[in-house]
Amino acid sequence: MDTFVQQLINGLNIGAIYALIALGYTMVYGILRLINFAHGDVYMVGAFAGFYIALTFALTGPSFLSLAVVLLGAMLIAAIVGMVIERFAYRPVRKYSRMTTLIMAIGVSLLIENLFVARIGAAPRAFPDFLGSQSQPPIHLFGNAAISKAQIVIFLVSVALMLLLQWIVYKTKVGTAMRAVSFNLNSAKLMGINTDAIISLTFAIGSALAAAGGVLTAQYNPNIDPLMGILTGLKAFVAAVLGGIGNIPGAVLGGLLIGAAETFVVGYGQHIGIASTYRDAVAFAILILVLLLRPSGLLGSTVQEKV
Amino acid sequence: MKRTLLALLVITTLCVSFACERRGGGTNGAGAGPIVVGYYGDLSGRTSSFGQSTKNGVEMAADEINKAGGIDGRTIQIITEDDQGEPNKAATVVTKLINQDKVVALLGEVASSNSLAAAPKAQAAKVPMISPSSTNPAVTQVGDYIFRVCFIDPFQGEVMAKFSANNLKAKRAAILYDFNSDYSRGLYQFFKRSFTGFGGQIVSEQSYTQGDRDFSGQLTAIRSANPEVIYVPGYYGEVGVIANQTKQLGIKAPLLGGDGWDAPQLWQLGGASLNGDYISNHYSVDDPSPAIKKFVADYKGRYNIPPDALAALGYDSMKVLGDAIKRAGTTENSKLRDAIGQTKNFPGVTGQISIDQDRNAVKPAVVLKLQDGKFVYETTIAPEGAAAPATSSTAPASGAAPGSVVPQ
Repeated sequence: MDTFVQQLINGLNIGAIYALIALGYTMVYGILRLINFAHGDVYMVGAFAGFYIALTFALTGPSFLSLAVVLLGAMLIAAIVGMVIERFAYRPVRKYSRMTTLIMAIGVSLLIENLFVARIGAAPRAFPDFLGSQSQPPIHLFGNAAISKAQIVIFLVSVALMLLLQWIVYKTKVGTAMRAVSFNLNSAKLMGINTDAIISLTFAIGSALAAAGGVLTAQYNPNIDPLMGILTGLKAFVAAVLGGIGNIPGAVLGGLLIGAAETFVVGYGQHIGIASTYRDAVAFAILILVLLLRPSGLLGSTVQEKV
Repeated sequence: MKRTLLALLVITTLCVSFACERRGGGTNGAGAGPIVVGYYGDLSGRTSSFGQSTKNGVEMAADEINKAGGIDGRTIQIITEDDQGEPNKAATVVTKLINQDKVVALLGEVASSNSLAAAPKAQAAKVPMISPSSTNPAVTQVGDYIFRVCFIDPFQGEVMAKFSANNLKAKRAAILYDFNSDYSRGLYQFFKRSFTGFGGQIVSEQSYTQGDRDFSGQLTAIRSANPEVIYVPGYYGEVGVIANQTKQLGIKAPLLGGDGWDAPQLWQLGGASLNGDYISNHYSVDDPSPAIKKFVADYKGRYNIPPDALAALGYDSMKVLGDAIKRAGTTENSKLRDAIGQTKNFPGVTGQISIDQDRNAVKPAVVLKLQDGKFVYETTIAPEGAAAPATSSTAPASGAAPGSVVPQ
């Protein structure tokens, strides 16, 4: 029982990170019908932004304040990177076919990865440990089940960010504008909404959430490298599709489900003859099943407000 | 920039010494010009710490030979290629070194998977290759031109099993290994066989793949099996994170590893969570013997960092090659091959090196304890008299099928 609870905690922990990234995929898709394949790399940029902020200001742990500074700084930088990508790569080709934008997204993704590899090399870097989880024992729940400080922080911060996003989208004026743009871009423009600004803002918010994912995950797993966004980004994309792409609660649900599924494959797969190395295959098997059985995802429906 | 300047300086020195030598020894029929040796390794990929350390060791050894007058008046010139830690690139750069640079011998790689990809090229071209530190048995089984100056996985796995059973008095061990790495699978199999041979029990076997970032699923499964030690024969990038997550799950059993842990980055990733863990390795920086002290001091003077085991093995591989060229009196391939094979009790910094009939080095291993950013010397475990024939007879089983688990 304690092992099961522990695996659930582990799974939800990775799932929370997938959810944060999946939100960016789903928001951009909701507004532009674009799968932003560079989004996983924005997650990586966020982690590295945090790493270099910590390096520049000589921030080391354990300190919650340092973590907060690094987290907010990384979110800000990633938001700017997201807006720059949108402004200079996607906006100029937005008037062409959707395929052009998709190929542009793939190009941007490869460009970011290879720029980073060329500039700093592919060797993993160590993210500073702001929570002291390397030296402090975890908090015991019952039996053997335990939860580490890093895991608690990941849960709390992701839930707070998701609630904040929900509030922005449903309770504020820009949120209403975002929903209007996602409903119909041209009508929204006719209503006097500055659609370019709203699209830009959507990229900024999505990128900031991905950066938060990058910094938070580095508290649990300090190993960051320029290619860290590829697989994680793809799995977050699967999470967004699973939940129903374009649907915000769906992205969160999808992220948590993928994270839990992956961990349970590792933890219990052996008993039924599935090696732990199948963890990555599981996410993509889920993608294929969703596309075959319920293309609109768990929470998605054909006519629904997107964003 | 500094490195470019240094490289230019080395090349200029080489050119100058080459020119002088040609003028002086024009009648020497033994060949003119520098002896060109190829080095290939991972200088920019995920295991670049390995490639860089080895390169430092190789270059330092070559410079020492050159400063002492070279070999029969000829200097050693090292041509370096970066394979980015990828097997297919290793094969490509080795082909380039053989065909374009006409190297007389090859030094490399560290990772067994990369050596295994490059060795067939060297064997086909009949260019002797010495791997400084690939420990998978299959590497030297590629052919009679492939050698190594380190011990092999059966021995390294056995050392840790023996240490767990005898020194740590452990009866229950768990294993977490890298599924796609020839090195990690090799250690895993030989540890398992040896540990069960000592009457121990393997309570959980888990795997991951290089590049994984989350190990909590495997570690939770391991924790529920309640082991006394956890054997993690991986590379430093993943191991640092595994150590971190082990402590976050409240696991108190020490982690045990191999030479793949030996890199400065291990401490950046794992920090204090590595305290109390053990690894088997090729040598210890703390070793009081004068030869090692001199090597460590020279290396620190040159690169400002203490040499890790890979630097020491890179150094030894170049020295063994230099010694063989000198004894052969020529760089002609079959004679050079025979001379390398006849290496006996060569005094390397990683111990007395003798090459056995399977082209492997027979030498002892050290066990180091990890404490506050340092590898502290714990004990030395020597190969048993019977160890050499026993390992050579078991080697084909693991070597023949690197893609399948062969529990024995």
